[in-house]
Amino acid sequence: MAVMNMVQSINSALDIKLGEDNKVLSFGEDAGVEGGVFRVTEGLYQKYGEKRVFDTPLAESGIIGTAVGMCVSGLRPVAEIQFSGFVYPAFDQIISHVSRMHNRSRGKYRMSMVIRMPYGGGIKAIEHHSESMEALFAHIPGLKVVIPSTPYDAKGLLISAIEDDDPVVFMEPKRMYRAIKQEVPEDKYTIPIGKAKVVSQGTDITVVSFGAQMNESIKAVEIAKKAGMSVELIDLRTISPLDRETVAASIRKTGRLLSVTEGPGTFGVGAEMIALANEEAFLYLEAPPTRLAGFDTIVPLPKGEHLYYHTPERIFYEIKKLVEY
Amino acid sequence: MTKRKNIKEYDRDFLLKLLKEMLLIRRFEELTGKMYRKRKIGGFCHLYIGQEATCVGTIATLDLKTDYVMTAYRDHGHAISCGMHPNVLMAELFGKATGCAGGKGGSMHFFDKEKHFLGGHGIVGAHLPLAAGYAFKINYRKDTGVVLVYFGDGAIHQGAFHETLNMAKIWDLPIIFICENNLYGMGTAHARVSSVTDFSVMANSYNMPGKQINGMDVLNVYEETMEYVKLAKEEKRPSFMEIRTYRYQGHSMSDPAKYREKEELEEYKNIDSIEMLKQEMIKNKLLTEDEYAAMDKECKDVSQKSVEFAENSDEPPLSALYEDVLV
Repeated sequence: MAVMNMVQSINSALDIKLGEDNKVLSFGEDAGVEGGVFRVTEGLYQKYGEKRVFDTPLAESGIIGTAVGMCVSGLRPVAEIQFSGFVYPAFDQIISHVSRMHNRSRGKYRMSMVIRMPYGGGIKAIEHHSESMEALFAHIPGLKVVIPSTPYDAKGLLISAIEDDDPVVFMEPKRMYRAIKQEVPEDKYTIPIGKAKVVSQGTDITVVSFGAQMNESIKAVEIAKKAGMSVELIDLRTISPLDRETVAASIRKTGRLLSVTEGPGTFGVGAEMIALANEEAFLYLEAPPTRLAGFDTIVPLPKGEHLYYHTPERIFYEIKKLVEY
Repeated sequence: MTKRKNIKEYDRDFLLKLLKEMLLIRRFEELTGKMYRKRKIGGFCHLYIGQEATCVGTIATLDLKTDYVMTAYRDHGHAISCGMHPNVLMAELFGKATGCAGGKGGSMHFFDKEKHFLGGHGIVGAHLPLAAGYAFKINYRKDTGVVLVYFGDGAIHQGAFHETLNMAKIWDLPIIFICENNLYGMGTAHARVSSVTDFSVMANSYNMPGKQINGMDVLNVYEETMEYVKLAKEEKRPSFMEIRTYRYQGHSMSDPAKYREKEELEEYKNIDSIEMLKQEMIKNKLLTEDEYAAMDKECKDVSQKSVEFAENSDEPPLSALYEDVLV
């Protein structure tokens, strides 16, 4: 089996879908000839030609708006936004059209598009190059929000996203692009959207995370294991629609919940996890459902990135607090 | 050669000021690149090297007591031209508390409210309406100033560009839209993603004067800008300039710029704005090699001192994370 990092596995997913379905298109700023700033689409322009893989002007609203029109005519556009922080001009299109066209047309139009974007910290950049704003998208009915944490998941989830008839915001943790390599099949496979993955079984506490924070959470689980604690770690993989059953079943089993996310805490995914714990597992709770989230501030000082993002030790500290509650 | 006044018609001190300012920007940025490679500077860093004549020639037309400058993320040159001290700039690049944005803004977000430098802005094209708002304020308060707003060839295709030009015209705003066309929007040649290659024609759509000018000759830039500054100040008319220029480095420090030919870069280095002005001044006996060498040394020293200042400054305290989120 091939060994790939996330950049390569996403490239492989795009390659497979472009190869087997001529309705699939891939485009974005610098995403054609150059292969994107992170080189995720490298070689695809050369392989599939400029009618299928192309560069757009710097015009996010136009990129997503035209993708809406393409969907209406049955195409399956995969639009790349260079950094998630550049997507805001396209919010008009995403909210007013992408998320609502299906409903507005009473099911006649399908918004079969994927909006890919690198998100999150890890490159010591500021604000718009480092933020983790998945909650903005997850708050919009009519969108699916998918965030992989590994090269293997990224490929399977992206193929599913492209084949999905609903619009999928596919957020790629840029810190994980080249952070790990793993065995990834070269052939096609899919991972279902809307299903969380139980990464490790445990009985003392449920830790729920996704994206780049999974990497830190896995290390925290190891520390907890050495300290004699049994942690059930769940990778959400899809933020919206949320896999309530998997998370709820786990909390009912362990009685404790820690949500680990990167974006600002208030009104974030962690808040949703706590609501879920209360709604689905209230009588099983042994400790207050808790979130470890990013600070409610503009994404960090260039020098302070290491202070902003969670370390395995910080996650373990929260785990310990809850287990010993 | 572009049509402009003979260099002898200029005041020598003025010429020296232009030359020195360009040189300071060049030396400051060369050192910036070096510091970035030494990992003293994090995140993204976009160098201006090659484009110096644009900010120097345009800002030389202004009176910054009443006028304003706003630009995008390639902002080091504009900041220096507006009189910001290299110390606070290098400290900002280093992420130190003594930086012009307290170490929170980084390379893309230099600004100085008092010096009327309205900032570096990170999102392509998003700052254009902001600049129009300042120009609106000038009219509303019956001030006399003008706003120069800069952006790259990539920004032309953002909706905000077109929305703002229209507003500037219908509200008679004293503003000059300055497109610094360095031929590449990141790695994409402008001609590949634009319906027109002479951007100045876009001014016609909004019924304002527009022109395409050579940005490698600082005196040409100065004279051409002055014409529009008068238009803005005396007649309250907005205008648009496309300044043809070239960046010698990649889009950012992490861009190896493989998308262009070495010959193209050499072609522009052959008409380097600093070298051209220096040679023309020497030829006309307005400068000696020794004077130039002394000026160069001073610029290198000032830049070097800014590194020392940045090195010796403190990092922002942890509490700075929550400062200025809300008033």
